[in-house]
Amino acid sequence: MRFSEIESHLRKFRVGIAGAGGLGSNCAVALARCGIGTLVIADFDVVEPANLNRQYYFSDQEGMLKTDAIKENILRINPNVSVITHCVTLDISNIPGVFAGCNVIVEAFDSDEMKEMLIETIQLKMPGIPVIIGSGLAGYGNNESIRSRKIDDTLYICGDELTTAGEDFPPMAPRVGIVANMQANTVIEILMLKK
Amino acid sequence: MKIILNNRKEEFAEETISVTRMIELKKFSFRMRIIKINGSLIPKEKYDTTIIHEGDNVQMLYLMSGG
Repeated sequence: MRFSEIESHLRKFRVGIAGAGGLGSNCAVALARCGIGTLVIADFDVVEPANLNRQYYFSDQEGMLKTDAIKENILRINPNVSVITHCVTLDISNIPGVFAGCNVIVEAFDSDEMKEMLIETIQLKMPGIPVIIGSGLAGYGNNESIRSRKIDDTLYICGDELTTAGEDFPPMAPRVGIVANMQANTVIEILMLKK
Repeated sequence: MKIILNNRKEEFAEETISVTRMIELKKFSFRMRIIKINGSLIPKEKYDTTIIHEGDNVQMLYLMSGG
């Protein structure tokens, strides 16, 4: 299949991205380059200098809302993508509304508690919608430890499923980017099988 | 009781066990996790009352901070 054919198929779909940090910003950019029709991106945060070691922002965007900054960056790459942003803190009550109509949702949070809340909420309140989890990406090296696997038709996980990010074990561009792109790759794989 | 746990055969002496008991027996210590039984997600508040039966397919995965 030619790229133009893949792109015109992907244009029909809407993908939700929960969080616009390291995983979310990089995943959104990969999906935008592939021509996903609509991206729905939710985040409450602003761009800070410490984010630039892994997140898809620029130093002149410091202080901007991540939702505004990622929209700007996506449209510079591919103006054909429709970008819908929600500057909110996602919770059990607003997730189904924010991501209504999405064909797939990418879990791109930093904190393990938020990851758990999002996955539980989608699996229980939005049955049938696949969630792509990112879990385990801190540090550097160990390419071979990063993997992707399907739990079932509605749950996929990308990462080493082992490392926890912390002060002395920071998330960094290469491994975060690998996992974010694995999530994007999984989204495309799922959407290419959909009519 | 025999079940499938994370795609592997697993045997417990008991005839049925709660999700909480399985977590104890298997020493799954990390607290942020997702558990699915036969494709249905089990919310954390139902770990005590959800019973695992012979032949069930149990998936457990850990959620690690970082993103």
